[in-house]
Amino acid sequence: MSRSAAEAKAAASPRRRRSLITDPRFRSVVIQAVLLAAIIGIGWLLFDNARQNLAAQKIVSGFGFFGETAGFGISQTLIPYTEASTFGRAFFVGLVNTLVVAALAIVLATIIGFAVGIARLSSNELLARLAEAYVEILRNLPLLFQILFWYLAVLGTLPGPRESSPLLGVIYLTNRGVLFPRIEFESGSGIVLAALGLGILLALFLRFIARNQSLAGSRRRRFRWLPLLLIIGLPALAFVAAGAPASVEWPELRGFNFVGGARVNPELLALLFALSTYTASFIAEIVRAGVLAVPRGQTEAAFSLGLPRSVTLRRVVAPQAMRLIVPPLTSQYLNIIKNSSLAAAIGYPDFFYVFAGTTLNQTGQAIEIIAITMAVYLAISLVTAIFMNWYNRAVALKGA
Amino acid sequence: MKRMICALFVLAGFGVTAAGAGVLDDVKNRGVLNCGVTQGLPGFSSPDDKGNWTGLDVEFCRAVAAAIFDDPNKVKFVPLTAKDRFTALQSGEIDVLSRNTTWTLSRDTSLGLNFVGVNYYDGQGFMIRKDKKVASALELSGASICTQTGTTTELNVADYFRARNMKYELVSFTTADETIKAYDAGRCDVFTSDVSQLYAMRLKLGTPTDHAVLPEVISKEPLGPVVRHGDDQWFDVVKWVLFATLNAEEMNITQKNIDEALKSANPEIKRLLGTEGNFGEQLGLTRDWVVRIVRHVGNYGESFDRNVGANSSLGIERGLNRLWSKGGIQYAPPIR
Repeated sequence: MSRSAAEAKAAASPRRRRSLITDPRFRSVVIQAVLLAAIIGIGWLLFDNARQNLAAQKIVSGFGFFGETAGFGISQTLIPYTEASTFGRAFFVGLVNTLVVAALAIVLATIIGFAVGIARLSSNELLARLAEAYVEILRNLPLLFQILFWYLAVLGTLPGPRESSPLLGVIYLTNRGVLFPRIEFESGSGIVLAALGLGILLALFLRFIARNQSLAGSRRRRFRWLPLLLIIGLPALAFVAAGAPASVEWPELRGFNFVGGARVNPELLALLFALSTYTASFIAEIVRAGVLAVPRGQTEAAFSLGLPRSVTLRRVVAPQAMRLIVPPLTSQYLNIIKNSSLAAAIGYPDFFYVFAGTTLNQTGQAIEIIAITMAVYLAISLVTAIFMNWYNRAVALKGA
Repeated sequence: MKRMICALFVLAGFGVTAAGAGVLDDVKNRGVLNCGVTQGLPGFSSPDDKGNWTGLDVEFCRAVAAAIFDDPNKVKFVPLTAKDRFTALQSGEIDVLSRNTTWTLSRDTSLGLNFVGVNYYDGQGFMIRKDKKVASALELSGASICTQTGTTTELNVADYFRARNMKYELVSFTTADETIKAYDAGRCDVFTSDVSQLYAMRLKLGTPTDHAVLPEVISKEPLGPVVRHGDDQWFDVVKWVLFATLNAEEMNITQKNIDEALKSANPEIKRLLGTEGNFGEQLGLTRDWVVRIVRHVGNYGESFDRNVGANSSLGIERGLNRLWSKGGIQYAPPIR
């Protein structure tokens, strides 16, 4: 009996005493309450059982290990870390490494994915076929295989540091990573940064004037290269005026390895390339589906209004396609974040590897660490999803 | 919710172990011993070309199985990474961990484990390509070093370089094979591990003679079998199987002469082989437990020579692992 029917019946005979048992609303509340209590009870039973067994086996539990000295080295640390740092510090080193590789891969996968997806729709047969081949090959090979391919077959075959010769005179490609000169900013470089900010502000202001004028009906003034000149020129001027407060540190071969300069580890590169090219093949298909889903009539209508092809694409097709592209795109971004944990296969010190791997093993506190790891991945993914949902609402159909 | 998931995870693992009576009874009822070993470390535990597990650590588990079942083949070998080994033992997936594991205080206490003894005294060393022309570990400043994660090795190397103000880059991998592959590919200058493992892994390299093990030994690595904390009977059984193999070597009882030894009038030998006293029964085994071990597996020295010593492809010196009576530190309490 549906609820509305029950209500109708109850309303029809208000005087008749009705048993609570036959009241569907009451019944459903009771059933749900019992179910909830049972779930909580089972949960408590499991938790308590685990706690007792841990105590019986004298296995240490709790979160005290966060303050203890880690004692192990990590190959890529973007925040200060030494062997004397704590496990808590190692936790953040791993977290930053995961966020870095995921963020870079998301950007790169989006660029490649959109390019390939649009290329597949090109009227140029060769380009379309190449894009199709890209999609079919990359999305059909296991990701782990692709990571190992990049790491062992591509980056692993580069020359060692002693044998390498610089590319374009400045960049060294070695099997220990890619090395390039690092610009070292000294005191007084703050003024350059300020000049850059000022340049950007001025450029935005010019753009604002241009738009207002064109909206007001007067002939739109074009500033052409002026904004770009401001953004580049102002900091350059400031740099010279401040007496060039920066120096370049060149990578230099000393002993076993290069010393100085900046270095990107092969583990990061392999993981980044594999994650972004693999996910890009899925994004390409999403983009293609999104564009094709815009009714042909829309394009034809735009053409018949005399809009040029570029404006039609930008103002008519793209906004409608984005509505279809964004939700599945979110899933792909979440996949990148989760798939980045495959880093363990090549020793990239991501969160999963450093925390759920090394830290778990050195402390032996599997339960706490696995629980925290789950919570962290869940948090990263949920934040990403919230942002993408916000963006989805921003591009969605308004009103109606 | 988080708690529940975590408790579910636990029930799957720890819940099971609480139910059983004792590990020895469980093993007897099951009819097979579950033994955790490496995924492939020549000399210690690796499958041969026919798929049979061989090695010093493997033979220890076979000795335990021989003592219980009179059959060294009633063992299920579970290959584990360094990272997963303790969880496998804690959760009851295996009964004994015999996987060149270093005995340390924190593992003995906070992990809820018990080390039964030492079946190989080892130390950590470095291996490097000969063409790098390095003669000492003190010349390794600035080097990239490959090692396996979840080991005492990655901690020792950090201590060693930190204490000497030497710079290094540590690149760690999950499995031994990944580590040696990265070293072979030139990702690192140096491969570091227990010295025995350096010799074993060197056999997996293209041309083993291109690589040298540096003379420095930077740590103590007493490797031994491990059991779960909390079952003293099982702890005793596994411990005394190790002692029995050492005592058998001390009394020169080998696979070949075991039948003659049974006729011996020497009271020490009689106690060991169960022709006098009921020491095996005190352990929950049979009187002839040592006879079973020696007949099927041999004494400690035989096992050592066959797998890592003179008669093996590794050819490692006995060194510290000689019996105490022959200049080493292998020493077992008496059976009486």
